Amino acid sequence: MTMSAFMTRCDRLARLAVLALAVLVAGAAAARAELRVDITRGTVQPMPIAITDLLGQGQSEGQIGRDISAVVSADLERSGLFKPIDKRAFIQDLVSLQQQPRFADWQVLRAQALVSGTVEPQPDGLVRVAFRLWDVAAQQHLTGFAYRIEPKAWRRVAHKIADQIYERITGEKGYFDSRVVYIAESGPANQRVKRLAVMDQDGENNQFLTDGRSLVLTPRYSPTTEEITYLSFFNNRPRVYLFNLETGRQEVLGDFPGMTFAPRFSPDGNRVLMSMAANGNTEIYAMDLRTRRTQQLTNHPAIDTAPSFSDDGSRIVFESDRGGTQQLYVMGADGSDVKRITFGQGRYANPVWSPRGDLIAFTRLYQGRFYIGVIRPDGTGERLITEAYHVEGPTWAPNGRVLMYFKETPSSDGRSRRARLYSIDLTGQNEREVVTPMDASDPAWSPLIP
Amino acid sequence: MRLKLLGLAAAVALLAACSSDQDAAGTGSVTGATSATAPTTNAGAVRPGTRQDFEVNVGDRVFFGFDQYDLSPEARSTLDRQAQWLNQYRAVTIQVEGHADERGTREYNLALGERRANAVKNYLVARGVDPNRVGVISYGKERPAVLGSNEAAWAQNRRGVTVVQ
Repeated sequence: MTMSAFMTRCDRLARLAVLALAVLVAGAAAARAELRVDITRGTVQPMPIAITDLLGQGQSEGQIGRDISAVVSADLERSGLFKPIDKRAFIQDLVSLQQQPRFADWQVLRAQALVSGTVEPQPDGLVRVAFRLWDVAAQQHLTGFAYRIEPKAWRRVAHKIADQIYERITGEKGYFDSRVVYIAESGPANQRVKRLAVMDQDGENNQFLTDGRSLVLTPRYSPTTEEITYLSFFNNRPRVYLFNLETGRQEVLGDFPGMTFAPRFSPDGNRVLMSMAANGNTEIYAMDLRTRRTQQLTNHPAIDTAPSFSDDGSRIVFESDRGGTQQLYVMGADGSDVKRITFGQGRYANPVWSPRGDLIAFTRLYQGRFYIGVIRPDGTGERLITEAYHVEGPTWAPNGRVLMYFKETPSSDGRSRRARLYSIDLTGQNEREVVTPMDASDPAWSPLIP
Repeated sequence: MRLKLLGLAAAVALLAACSSDQDAAGTGSVTGATSATAPTTNAGAVRPGTRQDFEVNVGDRVFFGFDQYDLSPEARSTLDRQAQWLNQYRAVTIQVEGHADERGTREYNLALGERRANAVKNYLVARGVDPNRVGVISYGKERPAVLGSNEAAWAQNRRGVTVVQ
């Protein structure tokens, strides 16, 4: 239900009918120790993997097979953990591969893993996409599945295949079947046009949600991926809004006397945290989306903003300048037991709790430079991951292994900016631009699509 | 050509209808003047009590230190003139815009801009302006008046702008 609901609102993604989920070979657990990328170390030697084109029965199925393999390849390569082998070097033909891999042919290419599969037409107009992952050295089948889909839904299946491979080989959940909401920017800096936009995590299927007439900022996904909460300056009244991706309906949240901003969903999706500024003071509030009741969580003359729930919803991290400069604080979900967790020089801002619960990502400003870093919720283990003239606003991949943020680079005369999205591994390795059609900021990663 | 036909009063009304964004992008501030100056070509024809009168003869903005929202002596003297003018033209309502420079994070700057706008509002109210005539809005770092990545530009972007409605 949730999946079909999601599909109808994303017109370029066709409805994906999951009619069969088949793990093709049992006994995969026995081989679990054989092939693994250890992603807990700082630098990782990417694993050579042979990703063959899925074999299509007809011309259109052949194209789908090639397209799927290209997307799987790109996903895995971008993760920095895999090195897809140039397919022009492949020795074994696709037809015989479907019978049984000739492992010697893949060993000479130094492939450690091998992906094969098929795309078959179905009588009802759907296609059946099946893939298999092989351990070349152990000469074993590791995992696989089959989907019956509308042909248009091939891209999403490709991300699901990439997730399955990632999960089987790293032991961590994947993150490729996910979306990103962000702010698309255009125009000169003093009259910047900002629009809500969503796209797949790899930058494909870009779609604009607003027309740019109202300034919009800081969108965030709901845990169901069906709604977005964001700040809009509609009618020159900056307020937190809810955007329903299925219906396109936009709705202001609450009836506050002052500006509301910095919204974020609770992990169960039932509440939205936000700040309200009135009479020169900014406090944090929680709104229950079912009762529409609000609760004030902070009460301090300082600026208290940028709240983010812990993964289990029991605690909230936020920023406050109550100690003189912006620093990070953790409190209970009801506002009790406030504890400062950062004490470093400079300023700390926009904390975001990892979906794994183990870390909090933040923006740090120090001596005129901006940094993205992570710290444990108890305030230990701070690590700075990347640094630039201006980086800001980290967001976590659904598996808590990768961060995305935006980076602004001034032109040489300083009169204009290039704003782009980047992803980076938690270790600080593998920084990559996420290509967007125009300037982009304020990314927020969705959970895995249900 | 068309503007001529409209006559001066209509032209002034058009100017007054311009959005605050366009004011922020006005040529006066971009060329580096310390306070906003409206185009001088019409200065002789400024009608008292209009937005243009306010911008040209009073001064519509005050500036703040980095991460600060307290009013400097210079800012206070500008606001004294604003209060005097507002107390003279009591039908006028205003919106005070709070702005921040680009060297802060987005959400904090929204809160900081709100602090600055309220600092301006509170001062005007203390000088006798009816609080019901004064709206506030924060743009954070979203609407710089001056383009540039240097202290001179940032100093002009950390501002409170009183916009005659």
